[in-house]
Amino acid sequence: MTNLRPTATATATATAGAAPGVRPQGEGAATRHGRARSRTGALFVTPYVLFLLVVFAVPMVYTLWISVHRFYFTAPGTDIDSPWVGLSNYRDVFTDPVVGRAFLNIAVFLVINVPLTVILALVLASALNAKIRFRAFFRAAYYLPYITASVALVAVWQFLFGTDGFVNNLLGAHAPDPSWLVNSHLAMPMIAVFVTWKQLGFFVMLYLAALQNVGKELYEAASVDGAGRVRQFFAVTVPGVRPATTLVLIYAIITGANLFSEPYLLTGGGGPDHASTSPVLLMYQKGIEQGHPDFAAALGVVLVGFVLLISLAARKISERGN
Amino acid sequence: MLRRTAYSLLVLALASAATACGRPAPDQETAAKARGPITIWLSNNAQEVAWGRNMVAAWNRSHPGQHVTAQQIPAGKTSEEAISASIIAGTSACLVFNTAPASVPTFEKQNGLVALSDFPDGDSYIERRGGALTGQYASPDGKFRQLPWKSNPVMILYNKKIFEKAGLDPEHPRLATYSQFLETSRTLVHSGAAKAAIWPAPSSEFFQSWLDFYPAFAAQSGGKQLVEDGEPQFDSPAGRQVASFWRQLYAEKLAPQEAYPGDAVNDGKAAMATVGPWAVSAYKDSVDIGVAPVPTADGKSPEDTYSFSDEKSAAMFSACRNRATAWDLLKFATSAQQDGKFLEATGQMPMRENLTARYPDYFQRKPVYQAFARQAEHVVEVPNVPGSVDVWQAFRDEWTKSVVFGEEPTGTALRRASAKISKLLDEYGDPA
Repeated sequence: MTNLRPTATATATATAGAAPGVRPQGEGAATRHGRARSRTGALFVTPYVLFLLVVFAVPMVYTLWISVHRFYFTAPGTDIDSPWVGLSNYRDVFTDPVVGRAFLNIAVFLVINVPLTVILALVLASALNAKIRFRAFFRAAYYLPYITASVALVAVWQFLFGTDGFVNNLLGAHAPDPSWLVNSHLAMPMIAVFVTWKQLGFFVMLYLAALQNVGKELYEAASVDGAGRVRQFFAVTVPGVRPATTLVLIYAIITGANLFSEPYLLTGGGGPDHASTSPVLLMYQKGIEQGHPDFAAALGVVLVGFVLLISLAARKISERGN
Repeated sequence: MLRRTAYSLLVLALASAATACGRPAPDQETAAKARGPITIWLSNNAQEVAWGRNMVAAWNRSHPGQHVTAQQIPAGKTSEEAISASIIAGTSACLVFNTAPASVPTFEKQNGLVALSDFPDGDSYIERRGGALTGQYASPDGKFRQLPWKSNPVMILYNKKIFEKAGLDPEHPRLATYSQFLETSRTLVHSGAAKAAIWPAPSSEFFQSWLDFYPAFAAQSGGKQLVEDGEPQFDSPAGRQVASFWRQLYAEKLAPQEAYPGDAVNDGKAAMATVGPWAVSAYKDSVDIGVAPVPTADGKSPEDTYSFSDEKSAAMFSACRNRATAWDLLKFATSAQQDGKFLEATGQMPMRENLTARYPDYFQRKPVYQAFARQAEHVVEVPNVPGSVDVWQAFRDEWTKSVVFGEEPTGTALRRASAKISKLLDEYGDPA
């Protein structure tokens, strides 16, 4: 970008010095250059715009259309009537107790997962940013669950938290009954903790990147003023990484609200008795397993609205005082 | 220029996506008479695949111009999901020899099935082959869109070694009545011989009730279906007795509330299982197998005890372009000769009457299968009603809540499930 500035300044100067109605010398070349740059830029952007249109915008519009029609998937060439039903599918969504339970589950998930993610990721990133022994090993260790397939990790957690699992054997008579993953009060918190652990490495990495931009002199100044480690953390680190915190918050909310693999795999399809069902899992069950894509589409639209609202709220809260 | 290019690219991408996602349907009249190469899908059961390959090889030898390719059903969480996806994409095989009757109404609604009754000898062949067993497989409009092919009548399979270890008589197990079954289960678990007396999947998938509630309900009710004449049948004394029985198994931890991550019988963790004859060959190297009828409250003689058929049909799919060949192959694959070969290879029961009289040599050589063959004469199918999957899901949701986890009385759960299912049946009967 820096090497473009002289050209822009020269163009501006030439334009300012020319008489009205007279085409300044060099303007044509600059315009041609601008157009060429614009074309090149557009060319680079086009594949992603196409990707967005095909993978996101078209399905989104189609989803909206399905959600206001009575619709089901059929074989190609089938001439079926998909009548307009207005908000009927949305009424079904809002009156289905399982949908209510799924959103409540997500609320429980977010209440546990998001604060835990932000706090643990920031604390760990601060620790890993300091000069400690085996720093590279610890950084890799925290990142490992993030890049490991959920299926493999779920097997490990089932081994740990199953009825006859390692944890229950340690707890003996104090083990919960029913066990962790089939207990209607514990299933969702267990998923929230699992996801926190699995994704922590990614958020630690985000915070580590943000910490590189917090000036050393701020810590030195705080130290001179008599601030200890804890005070430095709250007075320098936390405000210093606030933009990253906003990013972490929004990302954690979006991924949390789109939870699917964990309840699908860890708690046997959202069990027990829908205690760990998520809206996306429900969309899959209703849309694919039970053949109600119209209901699933309406639920999808509601979920998008839900995620947008809480993401905006989280952004407002985290950026307050900036 | 750039805008035009971008626009063209977008149109191209959309057109490609549309082409890739769906294949145009064949013309019905032309396809019905057309002959030529076809593809069939088989389940992934090793014995079934072996039978299918041999059957297809025999066909191909005598029909050089109508080559058949046998493949396994594409992988998915369930075969039904894979088949449903293939219907939507227009890529299903001509014939699928593993079509669950509960999914037939869904496939039919998707316009994915060919009515076999529309072939000139369709009804007569299906009725002649299956006899009295075929009626319950017709769609509500009276047409057959599936050919009832084979059943796996559900019985109690038990591990004789575990029974011996628990001090029980493995040759005469006390499993006929609910009280006997519970007493035997307590002995098995409390003696430490097995972690669980029986370990069906306690999860909420709609089809899981076919291996806990439904066989017991068929036995206790004397052969009633879940829904008959448009009315749910399980909110009844028989249904309540079955639910109480299973609730007691879960409450006393004789049946675990958590799904076993593997095969509990094969691993020696469960002493019993509700399975069909397919399990005999699957467990032959790991389990010393005994077989008993499904228990009832007061005990019934085996010849009066009904169970769930766990039947799978063969169906023809609307993507098929050479349907005349497919119909001929279907008749070839379900002929008396091929049924005998299928029984020999898999131990699963062809959907024919009087199996033991029809294939006496086989049952003489393999007596463990005789009980399953007799049970195959007294089986109940899932009801062939629109919204079948929704109906079973509504039932399962209440079952897991009350019977598996005891969060509400079983009687309340059955009443609630019955009301929900009645409403669903009304909605499907009158979708407007």
